[in-house]
Amino acid sequence: MTPVLTRENAVFAALRRIGVVALFLLRILGQVPAALARPRLIVDQVYNCGARSLIIIMLCGLFVGMVLGLQGFDLLQRFGSEDALGVAASLGLLKELGPVVTALLFAGRAGTALTSEIGLMRATDQLTAMEIMAVDPVRRVIVPRFLGGLIAMPLLVAVFNVIGLLGAQLIGVQVMGVDAGAFWSQTQGAVELDDVTEGIIKSIGFGAACSLIAVYEGYNAAPTAEGVGLATTRTVVASSVLTLLIDYLLTAAFI
Amino acid sequence: MVVKDLRYSIGRRAIFDGLDIVARRGRITAIMGPSGTGKTTLLRLITGQIAPEHGSVAVFGESLPGLNRAGLYALRRRMGMLFQNGALLTDMSVFENVAFPLREHTDLPDRLIRQIVLTKLHAVGLRGAAWLMPAELSGGMARRVALARAIVFDPELLIYDEPFVGLDPISMGVIARLITQMNQALGITSIVVSHDVEELASIAHDSYLLAQGRVVASGTPDELRRSQVDVVRQFMEGMADGPVTFHYPAPDYVPQLLEQEPN
Repeated sequence: MTPVLTRENAVFAALRRIGVVALFLLRILGQVPAALARPRLIVDQVYNCGARSLIIIMLCGLFVGMVLGLQGFDLLQRFGSEDALGVAASLGLLKELGPVVTALLFAGRAGTALTSEIGLMRATDQLTAMEIMAVDPVRRVIVPRFLGGLIAMPLLVAVFNVIGLLGAQLIGVQVMGVDAGAFWSQTQGAVELDDVTEGIIKSIGFGAACSLIAVYEGYNAAPTAEGVGLATTRTVVASSVLTLLIDYLLTAAFI
Repeated sequence: MVVKDLRYSIGRRAIFDGLDIVARRGRITAIMGPSGTGKTTLLRLITGQIAPEHGSVAVFGESLPGLNRAGLYALRRRMGMLFQNGALLTDMSVFENVAFPLREHTDLPDRLIRQIVLTKLHAVGLRGAAWLMPAELSGGMARRVALARAIVFDPELLIYDEPFVGLDPISMGVIARLITQMNQALGITSIVVSHDVEELASIAHDSYLLAQGRVVASGTPDELRRSQVDVVRQFMEGMADGPVTFHYPAPDYVPQLLEQEPN
């Protein structure tokens, strides 16, 4: 029988990769205190990852909310409980759709931008030049970007949720004729603090995962045009898969 | 800077085997060699980015392989390096690029940083370009800005990686003049890695010629030029064929042409 773990097989490669990323995370965490001493760099990255993703997040939030309004109305009408549309939409957004869709959009918009930026810095010797100037590129370039993404994600999720709820309200109340008072009062009554907490914890988890993958792939990209392209692709794929995996684990933990 | 009996290989291929080089204080040392002899690898060894398998690299009397990260960073603050493409940080202006090491390592007030940066930019003739972005610079200008950045801490040792590649004759002359100026006016020990024989001959005090993983010739540029060793003559005179062969190793020509296409 062949052993499960040999140096060549896929299981070994996957485990090794997880180990390497974990070590990279530890290296980042070790530099966090030093990076926090220069909040300006982190604020710049919150702007880069967060503010620059706002338009796409708001647009998608609106559409997702509108679809929730339509589907929710159609479903609830069958049971004669259209008034609960606000509850369905807000719980769906807060606990699930808000964090997940935002994370997927974040991976595509901000994650790819981070990876290709860092990868190109590697390819054009900028990171090496920092090393030679006795500046640790992990502290100066990687940590502020990681923290920027980590902070931006929950904020983006909050924006997504608000716009999404407005979208659901727009369809449910304005178009389908659900009573506005019932829509909001039922929402207010049914949504618990725990539901909000679940969404916030998820968004922090997704923020950490997506930012870590984006900076890791960029930092370790092969210093060629092809290498940076491949790293960018890997960022989107790995972030999306990991987001959905973490989503399942956290959902299971909360129920 | 002393390199002694150095061995380094990538995979099974030995890049250096028994390499000895000395760059003496206050002089310009040229390291030449055909493409692919590992000149850039040598610079990575000298700056401590990679460690040799065997032998030693010492800068300012300190052995690099034994240093930890903090020690290495402390040593690097005493040296500057000019990259082939400049390696300017593309998201900052020329001014901020030159100010970068100062902002990272010191708490100097803005007014003082401004004075230092403008002085260094003036030294390379680009004070007027302080507010341009790196993308707006020509190759020669980018390299001059990188030089200003490399000397912002008044290093004792400056390393130039292929400073003449891809430059027009005027820019080449400018860079050569700057290298000499840095050396004469500031007493900076300089190591220039290049294959530009003519430019190097005009500025270098000592030269080393690398081939096949070791030093094949050393001395002043004139001594190298008078050398009768085949590989040195081939390099100095730019002959296409010689000890460094024109043809990449291949099977015999005629049999290969007559051979049938494998199905």
